[in-house]
Amino acid sequence: MVLCALSIFAIVGLIAWQLVASSQMTWQKFGIGFFYKTFTNSVTNEPLYWDPVNEQFSALPFIYGTLVSSFLALLIAVPLGVGLAIFLTEMSPRALRGPLAFLTELLAAIPSVIYGLWAVFVLVPLLREYVNPFLTALLGWTGFFSNDNPTGLGFLAGGVILAIMILPIISSLTREVMSAVPHSQREAVLALGATRWEMISMGVLRNARIGIVGAIILGLGRALGETMAVTMVIGNTPEIHRSLLSNGSSMAAVIANEFTEAVNDVHRTALIEIGLALFIVTIIVNGLAQILVWAVTRGTPSQVR
Amino acid sequence: MGLENFKSESFKSRIRTITDGAVTVLAILATVLVVLPLVVIFGYLVYKGASSLNLAFFTQIPKPEGEDGGGMANAIVGSAVLLGISSAIGVPIGIGGGIFLAEYGRGTKLANAVRFTADVLNGVPSIVMGLAAYALIVSPHIGFLPFVGHFSAFSGGVALGIMMIPTVCRTTEEMLLMVPHAVREAALGLGVPAWRSVLSITVKTASPGIITGCMLAFARVAGETAPLLFTALGNSFMSTSLDRPIEALPLQIYVYALSPYDDQHRLAWAGALVLISLIVVAVSLVRYVTSRGVLKGAS
Repeated sequence: MVLCALSIFAIVGLIAWQLVASSQMTWQKFGIGFFYKTFTNSVTNEPLYWDPVNEQFSALPFIYGTLVSSFLALLIAVPLGVGLAIFLTEMSPRALRGPLAFLTELLAAIPSVIYGLWAVFVLVPLLREYVNPFLTALLGWTGFFSNDNPTGLGFLAGGVILAIMILPIISSLTREVMSAVPHSQREAVLALGATRWEMISMGVLRNARIGIVGAIILGLGRALGETMAVTMVIGNTPEIHRSLLSNGSSMAAVIANEFTEAVNDVHRTALIEIGLALFIVTIIVNGLAQILVWAVTRGTPSQVR
Repeated sequence: MGLENFKSESFKSRIRTITDGAVTVLAILATVLVVLPLVVIFGYLVYKGASSLNLAFFTQIPKPEGEDGGGMANAIVGSAVLLGISSAIGVPIGIGGGIFLAEYGRGTKLANAVRFTADVLNGVPSIVMGLAAYALIVSPHIGFLPFVGHFSAFSGGVALGIMMIPTVCRTTEEMLLMVPHAVREAALGLGVPAWRSVLSITVKTASPGIITGCMLAFARVAGETAPLLFTALGNSFMSTSLDRPIEALPLQIYVYALSPYDDQHRLAWAGALVLISLIVVAVSLVRYVTSRGVLKGAS
């Protein structure tokens, strides 16, 4: 039993060691500059980030794409997820609670490739026909929504599908954290004559806020590493654009797309190094989130996730 | 003076009531905004899948590009093989780890560290697992080891198996913790040795929960695509060999979703429905067992 438990440490160590060992070539060639350097196309003088044939690699556009799509996802998912959790724990009639919780649990378990399938055939056409032209007309002047991309793919599509995917995680964890707040807290605030919202904000949210931040960070961790659905809708071009409607790529997407067709060893090790960066970042993000959630739910039995 | 005070008080209280109402409306709105699209997505998946599914889906292998008909028999068999390997790795190690966490290591620093690492490992992106399995099994060229040095079903199964361990471990622990302490005390009080009490009392009592927990991990891993992209690779023919590339349902869905042929889209939807049904069954079972309490029938 102890061996089984210790094997978990061994696995993490093995993954880290394998990734470090197999990305040596890129590390030696580009060093830390791999993550921020920009090359220039000698013909057009435009910035160039990722040129496998000439062995010029920079992870910058993928880091950018991952960050943009993940934060877009958080922007959409956090208010909705926390709102849903508030409704479920504090307001909903008991009869509705079970089915809604079941639905969110179910949706958290649906594979990412199926979300991608849905996004390709429903979400992307929807964005292309209605949402993108509307956003361009309304907010085009900000520069974030210039509709020069006729496909409907891009950062926005990636962000929306990520939001849908991390919503169940954020809301179910927030719910768990909120129900860990003792009832006496709620009763005390209510006894002082508070309205229901005052009870929620003073009695529940204030006590659970660390855990809610943890839930959000856990959602972020999930969004950072999400591969298939993003790969299918983000457009997969190694470019940096200000417009959210442009094609882009993300760290996980570029690995999924190019790894089996890597043109040379440097290309392959560059992709592994991106994977290593993803591994380290998600470990830190998840570790942080776990600590925050534990700080609140410690002592109460957690639910099966 | 007194009247003024009263007025401002009543004004404040009205603002409080309005805020309260506004928040209630917002929360309900958020719920509707979340639940409605989710229900629509789910309904759409089931509708599309059900209208695409037929017998050929389960019995035939894919037709050449552009030809209508065919099925995903090779992907179903491939997924079964991959899941067999991954369960053989993930389930015993996961359950062992869970028993350690709940029974032997409870409250110790080591157990906390293991629990923490398992949760963190759970959040590591699946594509990174694929890279690790690639670096570990696919890329080295060591002649005398079987399965090593090329894309194979084995490497895909290992990647999935590693992903199962943390999930199985944590659910097993949670199910074991639901067994009341009195049961353990009763066993120990009768002079049963600790290992015996763990295996034939606690684990047996919690076994329905542990089994459904494994099913959930199984269903979740069944839908993983990213770790298989460069381990199992995919194979358009029927294969059960561990030493060769093999097809899997999610891989096939990914490829077909991005293909230009309508009939391949249809097969992708059908495959999605099969995966979803697996997940619905697993999630409902877990819910049923946990809500009923693991103890009923066993105690």
